[in-house]
Amino acid sequence: MITLDSVSKTFGTNHVLRGVDLTIDRGTSMVIIGGSGTGKSVLLKCILGLTPPDSGTITLDGQDVTRTDRDAFLARFGMLFQGGALFDSLPVWQNVAFRLLRGPQKRPKHEAREIAIEKLRRVGLTPDQADKFPAELSGGMQKRVGLARAIAAEPEIIFFDEPTTGLDPIMAGVINDLIREIVTEMGATAMTITHDMSSVRAIADSVAMLHGGKIRWTGPVAQLDSSGDPYVDQFISGSAEGPIEAVR
Amino acid sequence: MSIALAPLGWIGRAVLTALGAVGRVTLFALSALSHVLRPPFYGREFAAALAQIGWLSLPVVGLTAVFTGGALALQIYAGGARFNAEAVVPQIVALGMVRELGPVLVGLMIAARVTSSIAAEIATMKVTEQIDALTTLSTNPMKYLVAPRVLAALIVVPALVGVGDIIGIFGGWAVTSGTLGFNPSTYLKNTVDFLQTWDVVTSLFKGCAFGGIAALMGCYYGMNSGRGAQGVGRATKGSVEAAAILILAANFLLTGAFFSV
Ligand SMILES: Nc1ncnc2c1ncn2[C@@H]1O[C@H](COP(=O)(O)OP(=O)(O)OP(=O)(O)O)[C@@H](O)[C@H]1O
Ligand SMILES: [Mg+2]
Repeated sequence: MITLDSVSKTFGTNHVLRGVDLTIDRGTSMVIIGGSGTGKSVLLKCILGLTPPDSGTITLDGQDVTRTDRDAFLARFGMLFQGGALFDSLPVWQNVAFRLLRGPQKRPKHEAREIAIEKLRRVGLTPDQADKFPAELSGGMQKRVGLARAIAAEPEIIFFDEPTTGLDPIMAGVINDLIREIVTEMGATAMTITHDMSSVRAIADSVAMLHGGKIRWTGPVAQLDSSGDPYVDQFISGSAEGPIEAVR
Repeated sequence: MSIALAPLGWIGRAVLTALGAVGRVTLFALSALSHVLRPPFYGREFAAALAQIGWLSLPVVGLTAVFTGGALALQIYAGGARFNAEAVVPQIVALGMVRELGPVLVGLMIAARVTSSIAAEIATMKVTEQIDALTTLSTNPMKYLVAPRVLAALIVVPALVGVGDIIGIFGGWAVTSGTLGFNPSTYLKNTVDFLQTWDVVTSLFKGCAFGGIAALMGCYYGMNSGRGAQGVGRATKGSVEAAAILILAANFLLTGAFFSV
């Protein structure tokens, strides 16, 4: 279980997070929605300690994350970055198998490669992409390699930052199913950021909406349409009219 | 009163900023060196850095040294002719190349070639979140990116300096025996007889120091890069400036330490 308690983060004069409270239960899939630039990506990075929050506490299974052993903590996580963040000096399969080629989870090279190719298959990429370099792939393919890398070592907790952005509708469906599968079959805890409402309904057990640096609304996905919150209603209907100012 | 004191405030702030920067660079260097000594070690990255910094720098180093050695010989011959001292060309070329020009020129070429590429590469990785990705994959960027490059530079730049010294002397030898009518074997004998072990040791030591500075500056500016393409550009420019100036300053201090009587 991950809990956030009044987490705040400021960049210069830009107050991005202003006291976020959130709980993600073990083995469930939480989707974060919210306008562009509201700090969703920053929120994930705060949990991982990549951008330490200015104040507030984040706990994992009741333990303050700043006090736990970093290596053991990070070994439990997988993360898909919004921009893919593939290592462009390494071929695709070595990107996917990065964790399996070094450190405590190290395996023999051929085994790591087999796992990488299997994970690539699961995100809809053929084995002949394995030896290419990331720069030789399309944007959507890079995204899927990033996804394969996030799940390669079968982490307990996986963060997906916009997994289906830039994918065609069919591939987006495949990725939605994959994320769902990882949660239900492998019992992983997932936290996904997405702007795609069909993705939200396919992936989420519960939904949280970030607005104005705080969690505006959170609840089970079944209640998304009857939240009674005008911000949520405007967001899921995609209307330019409403409490969220579209043109600033 | 406050107007009169304002310049003091500027000076104070500038000094504090400079001290802060020195402190941050020093901490970075200490942290990098501590990661060089502690496992895990990334052999593949180290080998790649050796090839990139050492092997692929050979052409640049060789060309720089041969032209400089040749020009040095011509200058000393022409200058020495004013007081009938043409005969000391081999000794002065050897001394000039080994003690000063070899290490300094190799250091500066490494700053141009290696510092810039390290800074641009690491800064791009930072900007595209690859450094964050490394961290989430339980790999410490200081260990995986910084330590192999710094260690490789500490080892391989002295070797480059040695090669530069030899090629520089060879450049002087080629010019003098080719066009100025020096006896080739006497030239070499004079050089070998004149050079002392201490000259060579200090030359290689300078190479080690300059290599460390060059790699550390590339890594430091890369890891602290700002955002976007502009951030990468600034990091690259800053790293080369800092490396070049620190190399020249360190050269002055080391020369003072080694050769002041
Ligand atoms: N490293 C950083 N330095 C300075 N400002 C940052 C940094 N990272 C993020 N920000 C700022 O924080 C705000 C939130 O950024 P974030 O990337 O979290 O948005 P987001 O909700 O993920 O948006 P999107 O849906 O477009 O990805 C933005 O205003 C951004 O400029
Ligand atoms: Mg984002």
